[in-house]
Amino acid sequence: MNGDINGSLNMIGYGLAAIGPGVGIGLIFAAYINGVARQPEAQGRLQAIAILGFALAEALAIIGIALAFVLS
Amino acid sequence: MTFAGSLVSAAESGEGFVSPGPSSFDLPAAFSVAGFGVTKPMLQLVLAAALVFFFFYAAARQRSMVPGKLQFVGESAYGFVRNSIARDIIGSRDFMRFVPYLLALFFFILLNNFFGSIPFIQFPTFSRAGMVYALAGLSWVIYNVAGIRRHGFIGYLKLQTVPAGIHGAMLLLLVPLEFLSNIVVRPVTLALRLFANMLAGHLLILLFALGGEYLLVHGAGLIKPVGILAWLLFIAISFLELLVQFLQAYVFVLLNAMYISGALAEEH
Repeated sequence: MNGDINGSLNMIGYGLAAIGPGVGIGLIFAAYINGVARQPEAQGRLQAIAILGFALAEALAIIGIALAFVLS
Repeated sequence: MTFAGSLVSAAESGEGFVSPGPSSFDLPAAFSVAGFGVTKPMLQLVLAAALVFFFFYAAARQRSMVPGKLQFVGESAYGFVRNSIARDIIGSRDFMRFVPYLLALFFFILLNNFFGSIPFIQFPTFSRAGMVYALAGLSWVIYNVAGIRRHGFIGYLKLQTVPAGIHGAMLLLLVPLEFLSNIVVRPVTLALRLFANMLAGHLLILLFALGGEYLLVHGAGLIKPVGILAWLLFIAISFLELLVQFLQAYVFVLLNAMYISGALAEEH
């Protein structure tokens, strides 16, 4: 059988691009959990900030997957 | 026969799996009005606008002191955007001017996003990039005009591009950077975040649904249960998509409020 590997550089690019947001979201929610553990009453106020931070960090990974498909 | 072998033979017989891609989002025109094709996403936009308007109109019509059920739901929805987004972010002095825009924006985006999960529609409108950029352009105009009205043109530019406490040569580097980041790139990332989330989510759902169907129909023997697994994941991802759709609408409006609040902020 032939030894060709056909793949898409786009997907490798996406894989690399997803490292940063993965680490970032982990850090954000680690901070959120720490904050709620220290002061459970703050959960409501911290939740809005955590969701905002999550969406901002996730945006980079999502832009990566979308552009991986769209750019040929 | 190995998994790859069975799929390869299927491909050679001309029935290869056609994976969904960006072309899956190019819906054909349903009908033409004066030579201009009208597609399903366009109809969805109009439908969403009409539904949001009629919901709030019906909820606010009675205006009784003791609210009935519809009025209570409408008031809760309005209160959510007005209090937790507009007032908390923009501040109690200026927020009322922007509440109509933020309210309409939130529920319009929310309903359009949910169209991706509602049966028989099942297409998130904002997976079409042009529609999102129009919203982002409108938001850009609003927060810039609000800032210019408050501070004047030069004062507003100074507020956006000159960070506090920086003097001298650092300004030469920072001012173009801040200008790019605050004035040029913001509408792009705002739009791209919503568009890419809707695109990627819908693409995932399509992949699991179509891939599961292909495995079930064309898979040989032991591969067929993998199709069932793909369909179970399809259901799980659909629930995740509901969460993402709500979250993206919320974040779009939250960021809008933050940009408006940043444009109206006091001088350093």
